[in-house]
Amino acid sequence: MPLLVSGPVATSTLATEIAPEDLPSIYRAMVVARALDERCLTMQRQGRIGFYVPVMGQEAAQVACAWALEAKDWIFPAYRELGLALVRGVTPEELLDQFFGNAADRLKGRQMPNHYGYRDRNFVSPSSPIGTQITQAVGAAMAARRRNDPIVTIPFFGDGATSSNDFHAGLNFAGVFRTPTIFFCQNNGWAISLPRSRQTAAKTLAEKGAAYGVPGVVVDGNDVHQVFRTVRGARARAIAGDGPTLIEAQVYRLGPHSTSDDPRRYRTDAELAEWKQRDPIGRLKHELVDAGQWSEERDSQLLEEVRADIAGAVQRSESVGAADPLSFLDDVYATRSPALEEQRQQLEGWIQTGLVKL
Amino acid sequence: MVQAINRALRTAMAADPEVLLLGEDIGVNGGVFRATEGLLKEFGSERVIDTPLSETGIIGTAIGMALYGLKPVAEIQFLDFIYPGFDQIVSELAKFRYRSGGQYPCHVVIRSPYGGGIKGGLYHSQSTEVYFTHTAGLKVVVPSTPADAQGLLLSAIFDPDPVMFLEPKRIYRAVTGEVPEGDHRVPIGKARNVREGHDVSVFAYGAMIPPATDACQSLEAEGISAELIDLRTLSPLDTSAVLGSVEKTGRAVVVHEAARFCGYGAEIAAVLAEKAFYSLKAPVARVTGFDTPFPYALENLYLPNAARIREAIVATVKAA
Repeated sequence: MPLLVSGPVATSTLATEIAPEDLPSIYRAMVVARALDERCLTMQRQGRIGFYVPVMGQEAAQVACAWALEAKDWIFPAYRELGLALVRGVTPEELLDQFFGNAADRLKGRQMPNHYGYRDRNFVSPSSPIGTQITQAVGAAMAARRRNDPIVTIPFFGDGATSSNDFHAGLNFAGVFRTPTIFFCQNNGWAISLPRSRQTAAKTLAEKGAAYGVPGVVVDGNDVHQVFRTVRGARARAIAGDGPTLIEAQVYRLGPHSTSDDPRRYRTDAELAEWKQRDPIGRLKHELVDAGQWSEERDSQLLEEVRADIAGAVQRSESVGAADPLSFLDDVYATRSPALEEQRQQLEGWIQTGLVKL
Repeated sequence: MVQAINRALRTAMAADPEVLLLGEDIGVNGGVFRATEGLLKEFGSERVIDTPLSETGIIGTAIGMALYGLKPVAEIQFLDFIYPGFDQIVSELAKFRYRSGGQYPCHVVIRSPYGGGIKGGLYHSQSTEVYFTHTAGLKVVVPSTPADAQGLLLSAIFDPDPVMFLEPKRIYRAVTGEVPEGDHRVPIGKARNVREGHDVSVFAYGAMIPPATDACQSLEAEGISAELIDLRTLSPLDTSAVLGSVEKTGRAVVVHEAARFCGYGAEIAAVLAEKAFYSLKAPVARVTGFDTPFPYALENLYLPNAARIREAIVATVKAA
C-alpha cells in the first residue's frame, strides 16, 4: 500500500466539522509523521542524513489545518511542516529523496533537509530565514484576488517569527488590503532556546492581530476539531472577502529544534513530561477508541505497516544515486550566463581530472 | 529619462494585464520623482498600488505576486531605503528559482533611484549596486539614456529573472534624448559603445556617462582617441564587449561613483587582468567615489567629474 495520505474531498459547501469517517485518516497521517520523524532522527545520528528538523508534538495542528484547506489553497510553509506535506500528498519517499539530496530530489540536492517545496501541491519552496514567507503569502493572496481565484494563502510560522519584520509587514499589508490570508502560527513554546515569554510581553500571540485590524484566535493545537473548525471559519471569511485571520495554535515541540539542538540545556524534564501527557497522537487515539472507531490491535497493525512502508521508502531512496554534479550551476537564471557557462566547463574539467570530488 | 521610464511602464501595462506596480507614493502622487505619473488614473488602484511604508512588505508581497504568476514592478523610493527589504531580495527573490529546483521562477522588477549629485546627503545619494551584483540570481541594470531606460525597462519587465533596475536620478531630467515609439526593447546583458576610439577604453554606466563623454570628447583635440563603453547591464556583465575593446586599445579606465574598495571597477580590473593581461599596455585605472559615506555639502568633491576622468585617461595613455 503506497504511503500516500489521502486528503479530504473538496466539496462546494465546506463542512465546519471534520467528517467522523475522516478521523482515522487524519490519525494515520499523524502516525506517519511521527514514525518518519523517529526514523529520520535515527538516520541523522547514524550519519545517513546530514540534518533533520522534527515536527513531533505539532502533528494535530498541521494535519487538521491542512485537512481544512482545499488543495488549491497556497501553503507557504516554514521548515517544520511534515504534517502539511503528507496531507498534500507528498510521499515519505519523495521527502526522503529531499533529505538525502539525491538524484530524485526535486530540489536537485540544493537545500538542507526539510526545506522541501512542491509546486504541483501548492506547497511553496521555503527558506531558512524566519518569517519571510509571511509577506510573500500576502502578495500571492493579492495576486489570486486579482485573477478572481477563490483561494486562500496560508503562511505557517512559529512563535519566534512573530518578532520578525515580515510578520509585522505581512499582517499590516493583509489588514490594509484585506487579503484572503490565514496566518497560521504554531506556538510551540520555544524558539530554539527562547521561551515564548521572552518573545513578547503580549499575553497571547493572537492578540497581536488587533493592532493590524486582523482578528486573532487562540486554539488548542492538539485538538484536531478545534483547529479544523477555526481554519474552516477563517477560510470562509477570507473567501467571502472579509479579510485575513491570525490563528495561534498552541502546541509543544516535543523534540529538539533540530538535530543540532539539545533542549535539555534550556527546558526542564518536568515540562517535557507534562506535555508528553498531552501528546496529540495519544489524544486522538483515545478519542477514536472511545468512539469505537479504533482499537489497540488496529493501532499496532497500523504502526507496523507504517514502519515497514517507511523502511521500504528509505531503502529505495537511499539506493538512488547522487544528484547530477553539474546541476548546481543550473536554475540560477532561466538560462546560464556566460560566466556560469565558463564555470561549468571548469568544474566539468576538474571532475574529470579528479581535482574535486563529491 | 524619467518620462521614458513612465512610457515603458505604460507600454508594458497596456500590453499585459498581469503587469502591476506597487510602492510608496506611486499612485495619487505619481512617485516622488513622477516616474508613475498618470498611471493610477489610467490603470486603476488594483494595478498601481500605494503601499504602507515598508520595503520588506513591498518586496515580499511583490515576490508572492510573481510566484503566483503576475509581473510586479516594485518601486523603492530611494536605493538608500532598500535595506529593510534586503533579506527578501538576497535570501528570497534571488534564490527562489534555484532553491526550488526550477519550480518557482520569480520575475520581480525592483526599480529604484540611486546615486548622488542631487544634494541628497548620506541617505539619498548612495550607489550600492555591488550589493546586488554580488548576489547570484539577480540581474542588475543601469540605464544612462532615455532610450535605454525605456528599452531596458521593457526588457526587464518581460525577463524571466528578477531584475534590479537602478535609475541614476541625477540624470532623470538632466539627460534628454529621442525615444523610439512602442514596445521597443533593449537587450539585457549587452553593453553599448557610446563612442569608438583606439587609444584607451573607458568603462562607465549610469550618471557617469555624461562626464565620461565630455572627458573623451575633450581629449580628441589632444590627439587621444578614447573609446567609451556604457556597460548598461552590470549583471550579467558583457565580458566580450569589455575584452574586445581592451584587446583593441590596450588600455582601460573604469569610472563609477560608488566607493572604490570592492567596487564594480575591481571586477572589471580583475577580468582584464585574468583575460586581457597580454593586451594591456598600462595599468588599469579607476575613477571612483571615496571610501567614505556620502557627504552632503561636499558632494562635488566626492563624485567623479569630467576633469578627473580626463586626467586618468591622459595618465593611462601616457603610461605606455
